[in-house]
Amino acid sequence: MTTLPKSTDRKLGLVIDLDTCVGCHACVISCKGWNTENYGAPLSDTDAYGSDPSGTFLNRVHSYEVQPEQGEAQLIHFPKSCLHCDDAPCVTVCPTGASYKRVEDGIVLVNESDCIGCGLCAWACPYGAREMDAVEKVMKKCTLCVDRIYNENLPEEDREPACVRTCPAGARHFGDFADPDSNVSKLTAERGGMDLMPEQGTKPVNQYLPPRPKDTLSEGAGDIDILAPYLEPVAQEAKGFLGWLDKTLEKL
Amino acid sequence: MPKDQPDINLSPKVSDEVRKTTCYMCACRCGINVHLKDGKVAYIEGNRDHPVNQGVLCAKGSAGIMQVNAPSRLRKPLKRVGERGSGEFQEIEWDEALQIATDWLAPIRRDDPSKLAFFTGRDQSQSFTSFFAQNFGTPNYAAHGGFCSVNMAAAGIYTMGGAFWEFGQPDWDHTKLFMLFGVAEDHDSNPIKMGIGKIKGRGARVIGVNPIRTGYNAVADDWVGITPGTDGLFILSMVHCLMKAGKIDVNYLAQFTNAPCLVNGDEKSPEFGLLLRDDDGKELVMDRATGKLTPFDQKGVKPDLTATHRHAGISHRTVMQHMAERYLSDEYAPEAVADRVGISAKRIRTLAAEIARVAFDEAFELEQEWTDFRGETHKTMQGRPVSFHSMRGISAHANGFQTCRALHVLQILLGSVEVPGGFRFKPPYPKPATAHPKPHCGVQPDCPLDGPHLGFVQGPDDLALKEDGTPARIDKAFTWENPMSAHGLMHMVISNAHAGDPYKIDTLFMYMANMSWNSSMNTRGVMDMLTDKDEDGEYVIPRIIYSDAYSSEMVAYADLILPDTTYLERHDCISLLDRPICEADAAADAIRWPVIEPDRDVRGFQSVLCELGGKLGLPGFTNEDGSQKYADYADYIVNHQRKPGIGPLAGFRGDGDQAGRGDVNPDQLDKYIENGGFFVEHIPDGANYYKPWNADYQDWAVNLGLYDSPQPYLFSLYVEPMRRFQLAAEGHGDRQPPDHLRERIKATMDPLPIWYDPAPENKVDDFPITALTQRPMAMYHSWGSQNAWLRQLHGHNPLYLPTKLMRDNDLSDGDWAKVTSPHGEITVPVLEMAALNENTIWTWNAIGKRKGAWALDENAPEATKGFLLNHLMHELLPPKGDGLRWANSDPITGQAAWFDLKVRIEKAEAPTESQPAMEPIKSPVGKGPKQLTWKVGK
Repeated sequence: MTTLPKSTDRKLGLVIDLDTCVGCHACVISCKGWNTENYGAPLSDTDAYGSDPSGTFLNRVHSYEVQPEQGEAQLIHFPKSCLHCDDAPCVTVCPTGASYKRVEDGIVLVNESDCIGCGLCAWACPYGAREMDAVEKVMKKCTLCVDRIYNENLPEEDREPACVRTCPAGARHFGDFADPDSNVSKLTAERGGMDLMPEQGTKPVNQYLPPRPKDTLSEGAGDIDILAPYLEPVAQEAKGFLGWLDKTLEKL
Repeated sequence: MPKDQPDINLSPKVSDEVRKTTCYMCACRCGINVHLKDGKVAYIEGNRDHPVNQGVLCAKGSAGIMQVNAPSRLRKPLKRVGERGSGEFQEIEWDEALQIATDWLAPIRRDDPSKLAFFTGRDQSQSFTSFFAQNFGTPNYAAHGGFCSVNMAAAGIYTMGGAFWEFGQPDWDHTKLFMLFGVAEDHDSNPIKMGIGKIKGRGARVIGVNPIRTGYNAVADDWVGITPGTDGLFILSMVHCLMKAGKIDVNYLAQFTNAPCLVNGDEKSPEFGLLLRDDDGKELVMDRATGKLTPFDQKGVKPDLTATHRHAGISHRTVMQHMAERYLSDEYAPEAVADRVGISAKRIRTLAAEIARVAFDEAFELEQEWTDFRGETHKTMQGRPVSFHSMRGISAHANGFQTCRALHVLQILLGSVEVPGGFRFKPPYPKPATAHPKPHCGVQPDCPLDGPHLGFVQGPDDLALKEDGTPARIDKAFTWENPMSAHGLMHMVISNAHAGDPYKIDTLFMYMANMSWNSSMNTRGVMDMLTDKDEDGEYVIPRIIYSDAYSSEMVAYADLILPDTTYLERHDCISLLDRPICEADAAADAIRWPVIEPDRDVRGFQSVLCELGGKLGLPGFTNEDGSQKYADYADYIVNHQRKPGIGPLAGFRGDGDQAGRGDVNPDQLDKYIENGGFFVEHIPDGANYYKPWNADYQDWAVNLGLYDSPQPYLFSLYVEPMRRFQLAAEGHGDRQPPDHLRERIKATMDPLPIWYDPAPENKVDDFPITALTQRPMAMYHSWGSQNAWLRQLHGHNPLYLPTKLMRDNDLSDGDWAKVTSPHGEITVPVLEMAALNENTIWTWNAIGKRKGAWALDENAPEATKGFLLNHLMHELLPPKGDGLRWANSDPITGQAAWFDLKVRIEKAEAPTESQPAMEPIKSPVGKGPKQLTWKVGK
């Protein structure tokens, strides 16, 4: 069994804005690209051009439909990757110490040379955020692009996870949750950022911003009557309308 | 670091070199940084400096690495050796391939160039390919606009001198309400996502109008699940509400639009319904200051919106009066339209009221002085923070042109075009229809065409008709059937060529167009037309040349294949002469360059055209001594001049520091590469809004070479050229439409937007459900399926049904349904979706693949569970019993009416695979490897 650090110096993680995520999968593929070429073994694809293609991804986007009691159904796009939990059960379950949480920044990583591919960590993770690579037989997971965020070969502005850098809608944010003044801490406070499945007691670092209320211009919603005065007629028919136009032009 | 933590390298080398070029994984044309290790592509990311994507990149762009290594890449020129459609080919050398093409094309050019039909699909080099076609002399050229979004483009240009996407964009920094009508999620892919993110970040409202709540509509604050094909009626109902409430920008309408122009009211005149003009052809308005008729552009003129000019017993009234009469009618009241559009009257009013509130209550002014074309100086710029965007969702209907017009009229009534917070043009737009070329069709043996193929007609005189009145073009563009077909009708080419209507052709030459699969309506029928033989045993379409980089379904149907490169192996220019990548605040263009060399015997198609043009002796492609003029496309990009000083690329001309106009600079491509693959020239402050009327902008545009002289103009709420076609249909003029089209022309070519219902012609009584397709954000047309990463996101495409239709038909997820249209039937797997218009079904476009194509296994889910809706559509409308072939297209522009498809559904026994299942084609490239572990670095 592997122990978690009592505390970490920083708590690096992501804020994912479910109000803005359009479900385009940009983060998924950017992650696939970076992590195929970088940290550890490449993310393989088996039966890549065949009947049952199956590859390793560290980040996937799921889509859920929500049917509110009243009003139109909604579609929520939900990107999911490792949440770098404070109480990460995937670490404590690891028999070899390959899974670990970094003391300096809280990133949960797999040391591939110590990983025996037993898969216990994937079973322990309540979020399904770890994937066994079918070719290399080692456990793969989000590294928070640990080989980007400190990388001195990259321009400073690029030292952020690939998924954050690429997200077209700006729905992904990276920062230090231990710092109350960081962008991620502020966003979480302002927008009511949430733990994913808090009942699991994993204390995830990543936070999700909930979708804002939708369809307020619908039947039965609040705004509909407030707006009515904006359409107060200036005339009922063409003649009266032209009279109004004339007066308006006169005033200009 | 604690001692039990492993020591990891936090600063690994990222790449040996970064090469900056332009993406081609869809039509968006983002800047990309291609990281290379050992000369191989290691990683692709967005270019932060690039004006289009500013660093971000979508899934397609990041997956480019899997496109460049795709096993479906063609390797060598191919000559057909089996029957057409079999996929039996022999690899040949380029010399032989070019000789075959020359031997086929030279006699055509010598005798009758119109026997060549040259159509390019998702071509990003149309100014070049059209230059080739024009030099060849055939009138039969167009790209894919006719089956994409010509309604949007043409309606925008005729109405206001530009449309959405390449033409313009919302003022993302100032807009407070963004309303998005049906849009393919890859049109302006990254900028729209960036814009939505930006405006949601500051709490502005996004309203999505779309029968399907996915993508942008899923994040919209309000979703309006409209009945497909009724957007025009919904928009005109909002126009009704806004006019009635006086929520229109009266000052803007008077100054910048043809609302105050006077319409000839003399019913007996051949100019009835045209605008009154002076001897110089300038529109006349009544000046409130003098009470006199005055040309619209005079200094100090105060155009009167409500004037009536009485002359010789005739009253000539303003466009505004005609609009009031039409749109204030109860016909457009929300209560009258609610049932048809599927939106309650109360909600229509609420949406209109919210638009009114934001446009007028949240209006603001920018402290920026500017001077208009009349010479009047304005102290500030009036903002109207309501913006709109739309693409194919409203345009791919038979009423799409008028619907797109209605949307632009709504924008203009609000005074929200080219103002802060509204919609803004991107250079070279604004550019009115009158500043564009007209279509040309003058064919002579052994000669170039007499001018550009495509353009904007102003009336019947500009139609592409032969002397006997028959269509000059194989696609019947610019004829009475669809007079304003500014982008041609690629979807009618094969059908017409097969029918010999209007005439037979000899060679069909196509580029990047998957016509035997997802790019045609009536896919099976197109395959039959391509393989059909006459009584002599010869193919009805005698010769087919095709160029593509990949083993698409179309490859099997050609006689000669010219294999193209991938986008990282080639030169290209994203030109201001073509479909540019400008921003509202800047002109911009870009290049592609070979950041890697091809590892196959393939050549960039445009370079091949340079060679072919040389071998055929085409004037634009040969020197005086007859030798080949351009060694390759790169040579053309640098050295070609359309006009003295104006070439394909605007940047780094002359000695390297001239923009727009300037001599040829032999080092131009190197300068682009040094600059990250693109060029940007910013519009000065004060010139960047009110562009159609802003003297400073007009001067800037002339300096840059966008215009030869200032081109201020009025927005056309009333589109006069349409009235000229109506006049002809009413019997005026020498060029007369055939009798069977008169009533349709009178009805549809209304110079003010109307709405009509295409559903009855599509047999809605028997087929009551609308079937739509849309494109996933992570796939582009058929290209995505060969991509090992992207196909894992969208490997098959269920038919999504709304809850009500699932229940009505006793269907559960995973069941199969038979879908029947007036033309055909398919049997496919279904999945429930609640966030969907209750009478609409839909699926992802072009996921379904033919067995044997794209180097996929024959059991790939794309080929077994995937399917095309195209089998349900026909390029012609269901027969009307009059023996005529009525195109399934917009009667104004010829835009393919993909989204008018009506069907019915029933539960079906699960077949072994989606039906119809086509027989496999032989792959010219074999199949892809079983396993990928792509890592190029050591």
